Amino acid sequence: MRWFEKQKNIVDFTLSALWRRKGKNITLVSVYTFVIFLVASVVYLTSSIKYEASRVLAEAPDMMVQRLVAGRHDYIPLAYMGAIRDIRGVQGVKSRLWGYYFDQTNSANYTLMVNEEMNIEPGTIVIGSGVARNLLVKESGAIPFRAYDGSYAFLKIGRILQEDLDLVAADLILLSRQDFRRIFLTPEGQATDLVVEVRNAKELATIARKIVTLLPDTRPILREEILRTYDAVFEWRGGLTILVLSGAFLAFIILAWDKATGLSAEEKREIGVLKGLGWETSDILQMKFWEGGAVSLTSFLVGLLLAYLHIYFTPAVLFEPVLKGWSVLYPKFQLTPQLSAYHISTLFFLTVVPYTVATIVPSWRAATVDPDLVMRT
Amino acid sequence: MRKCHIFFLSVAVGCFWVGMMLVHSGFLERSEEARVSHRREWVGKLGLSDLCLFTEARYTRHPVTADLHVPFQDYPLAFEHFPSGSILSVPPHLRGKLLW
Repeated sequence: MRWFEKQKNIVDFTLSALWRRKGKNITLVSVYTFVIFLVASVVYLTSSIKYEASRVLAEAPDMMVQRLVAGRHDYIPLAYMGAIRDIRGVQGVKSRLWGYYFDQTNSANYTLMVNEEMNIEPGTIVIGSGVARNLLVKESGAIPFRAYDGSYAFLKIGRILQEDLDLVAADLILLSRQDFRRIFLTPEGQATDLVVEVRNAKELATIARKIVTLLPDTRPILREEILRTYDAVFEWRGGLTILVLSGAFLAFIILAWDKATGLSAEEKREIGVLKGLGWETSDILQMKFWEGGAVSLTSFLVGLLLAYLHIYFTPAVLFEPVLKGWSVLYPKFQLTPQLSAYHISTLFFLTVVPYTVATIVPSWRAATVDPDLVMRT
Repeated sequence: MRKCHIFFLSVAVGCFWVGMMLVHSGFLERSEEARVSHRREWVGKLGLSDLCLFTEARYTRHPVTADLHVPFQDYPLAFEHFPSGSILSVPPHLRGKLLW
């Protein structure tokens, strides 16, 4: 009880000392909060995207087979389907026709894809809600496509996909095989790629090896590789994550370095006076512990909460210009939070603990010096 | 009220909100389940392989099906000039880490 009372007195004194240098400390807390806010925002965003990819893409094709020509993706002959179908363990092979189309009227890139299961009538299309949102002329209910022979195909919008499919289909335009071939002049007997269904998922790797042996100009991509892609493209070492983390890490090093290189003359004099008044070295260290704790804990809690609001309520408005880049079509999506005690404790040990330790070390050095000497210097 | 009481109270309120954040995220995860299943169903129906995060360049729209040469499509020493190209790192199967 007495110990608790003593700690309360030390906290009272610490807070008064912090308030005496309020300009400096408010700036410190603001910068520190911003650093934690940035790091936490990236952690939340990437973990949500990874989670979404792992759940949503679990239904992606078992295996896709592309043909590579001079290192690039090219049309694949439909004749390859027979060779693949004959491999033991293959349940079915389907050809896919899809490609990209830049719409000059709306300055947007679309993904055009043939879907035969939806029975789309020639002359009509099914569009993603991102495409619909971006259309400049909506009254006609049709989109003009300039075919590769220079002619125009006016395809009527038959249906718009729901907005909650934006994360997978914002830029998608589904159309009939005839319309696709008319726009891109795809030669008969060729497809963009092949989709392979396999009876037993354990045989996927063996079947992929057999396909490459049989058809050396092909490249199989397994579903497991699709899922792994999204785990890897947002890993901490890459892209956005390393960009923000390195900035935050440098800012944090400056903060900690400022503390670790020593105390200001005023702070040293304060320690000298306190020791002169009878404070023990351990009391000074406790005071500095509370000082570091108050600054870092306040910044940590505020930064964590602001990042949560930023990613899941605004959503990610500060990162939007970076994520959008030059895209005209941008999906509207609500990410599912993927928070755990693990994320929070990792952030805590990466930010609060080093700062608190960095505060105590120079104070211990100052507190062990003779108070008379400290006050005179 | 003493300063230490205000401080401890503020920390307690902050911890409470962080706790609420965890509760809220768990709640959202459950409520979003239907939406996630709906997306998954369509991914299966359309045979999609990628999330639609970036639409500016084909190798970031579909990183899974891209090849290593596509960011430098203009000429061999061209600079990769789409912003999303610097956000994403290269998929492992393009770096030779194949699963087969």
